[in-house]
Amino acid sequence: MRMPRDIIAYLQAAPLMAVLLTFLIAPILMIVVVSFWGATEFSIYPAFQFDNYAFLFGSPVTYKVFFATFKYAFITWGFTLAIGFTVAYFLAFHVRTQMMQTVLFLLCTIPFLTSNIIRMISWIPFLGRNGIANQTLISWGIIDEPLEWLLYSDFSVILAFVHLYTLFMVVPIFNTMVRIDKSFVEAAYDNGASGFQTLWHVIVPLTKPGIMIGSIFVITLVMGDFITVRFMSGSQKANVGRLISNDISLLQYPSAAATAVVLLITVLLVIGILLRFVNIRKEL
Amino acid sequence: MSKMRYNRRSLLKTGVAAAASTLAAPMVWAQEIKDIKLRQFGTGVSNLNDVATKVKEDLGFTLEMTALDSDSVTQRAATQPDSFDIADIEYWICKKVWPTGNLQAMDASKITNFDKIAGTFRSGKLTPESVIAQGTAPHTVGFVDGPNGTEFATEDSGWMTLIPTIYNADTLGIRPDLINRPINTWAELLNPEFKGKASILDISSIGIMDMAMVCESMGEISYGDKGNMTKEEIDKTFAIFTEAKKNGQFRAFWKSFDESVNLMASGEVVIQSMWSPAITAVKSRGVPCVYQPLKEGYRSWGGGLGLSASLSGMELEAAYEYINWYLSGWVGGYLMRQGYYSAVPETSKNFMSENEWGYWYEGKAATDVITSPTGDQLAVAGDVRDGGSFTDRMGAVACWNSVMDENQYMVRKWNEFIAA
Repeated sequence: MRMPRDIIAYLQAAPLMAVLLTFLIAPILMIVVVSFWGATEFSIYPAFQFDNYAFLFGSPVTYKVFFATFKYAFITWGFTLAIGFTVAYFLAFHVRTQMMQTVLFLLCTIPFLTSNIIRMISWIPFLGRNGIANQTLISWGIIDEPLEWLLYSDFSVILAFVHLYTLFMVVPIFNTMVRIDKSFVEAAYDNGASGFQTLWHVIVPLTKPGIMIGSIFVITLVMGDFITVRFMSGSQKANVGRLISNDISLLQYPSAAATAVVLLITVLLVIGILLRFVNIRKEL
Repeated sequence: MSKMRYNRRSLLKTGVAAAASTLAAPMVWAQEIKDIKLRQFGTGVSNLNDVATKVKEDLGFTLEMTALDSDSVTQRAATQPDSFDIADIEYWICKKVWPTGNLQAMDASKITNFDKIAGTFRSGKLTPESVIAQGTAPHTVGFVDGPNGTEFATEDSGWMTLIPTIYNADTLGIRPDLINRPINTWAELLNPEFKGKASILDISSIGIMDMAMVCESMGEISYGDKGNMTKEEIDKTFAIFTEAKKNGQFRAFWKSFDESVNLMASGEVVIQSMWSPAITAVKSRGVPCVYQPLKEGYRSWGGGLGLSASLSGMELEAAYEYINWYLSGWVGGYLMRQGYYSAVPETSKNFMSENEWGYWYEGKAATDVITSPTGDQLAVAGDVRDGGSFTDRMGAVACWNSVMDENQYMVRKWNEFIAA
């Protein structure tokens, strides 16, 4: 007796489905459920109330913090894209041998073999009031007073983000670039396109899927981060991740869950918008 | 030692021939003791590996230590009762955690040095003339009405929630070399002179008390009880600090001990809320740092060991054994050489040199070099401890770390302050 085809298909998909259900869908559902619960100082109790959301949307701080989160994500995205694209372009089109490409690419990843907390914290003594950066600038006579805004500011937060996440832009862009058929570039050249025209009209459109994947990485990482913001701003700035972590540390799980749900929806919306521009599945 | 023998005796009673078992029983006992493992967690201040090593040496069983920050400690004590045997927590945390039923009351009669525990923890009065400070004073949450009591008792009931272990009087830390003038009031934290060079700790329940000390000394707010503020008082306090933050008064906020040390040692900050061993750590790097006594008094805190509700049998006996050992002096001496006080100061004396006892406890000038437990030099002959003697410092406590009735409101306001 043979099983009908669609049952076989379901069975084949079942293991993946089970994994996704257990480790992705169920936890998210749990978070959504808890976001409607109530909390006392040291415990949470099941309920169906909108208090957490009411407080979240009723507080001007929420809007400020969401704005700050977008600001960090947007600026970081801009810098990582510019740097990531340039690096990938150099690797893909200026480095001729594949051997050299691989070597240089691995070189890019070396800093990422260390913990990202270490990479982040090592900026602190460098940027501090009496840090290497300020001392060097003073000894060169460029400034008389140490620059205060180097550390514990939006500047240091974004600097750390760019440093931490540029590789996530380099990898997918490089990956799509090396797969561009070189004859397209030759054709453009033969047809009299300038270097910039080739870049803008040929390479960029063909690299879009890579750019989009890199953007999704960077934006979701920055929007979900809390530890970089905490350390690099000396706890003085906040993004949504910090709101959540503060709530968790104070045992306010339902309120943290509500914030997490709103953040999740926001990030999904952003990704949804990004995907409108490029159909990743078609282009891959 | 003493309490363990009961177990051995009960073993003896099991009917084994007396002659044979006098030899066999201690071996069984020794074996069982060796297998006992107590899991303790708490803040970094007293979760020291040296203590665990010494416990193994003196008592024979294993003490496993986990150090966490105050928030995580509260969280774990409240939500993961099976993950620990002994909770090393502060009294204000106890007020929060006790109602969860995760801790069990201790029989004071099993504590050898109970009578020698400082008065602060029993009656609330260090000396008979002492005035009880505001906030969650340890004696108010130190006792419950019985072995399974859930209500805090107003006086010594013989059933303790926590066995006090260490405590201290906190104040502001300053860099005298970068300030160059005397500092004598909490209000200096918001002095515009230190714009961009001040810091406060980002642990709401403690930070709010420092804020209150500052606002009160500025004359901006007069509190009914700093340890239990009304919503209006909370609002006013945060309004003052939010404005200061927006004006760039603060360089950073710190959450962990080492952050406070780095901020101070690197000169990022010249005045900030600080803890005693952090001062010690800054000094041991050769950077001048003073734990400045201020005229309004200290913000104080006390910690103690609590027993998990699930402890029983041999483990429970071992825990009592451990607590008695804890109060017997070695740990006290160790902690006092870091700048804390032991709950039973007298016993620590035996484990400290006369010079150390004079410097740390009596507030006398050091007669010789003072070193930290790890061997760093902290003071030379002639130096006097900031703030003076035990009674001078603990006698000038203005408020205790606390949890307020409006805690949830305060926490939300704190979150807004950080995000502002």
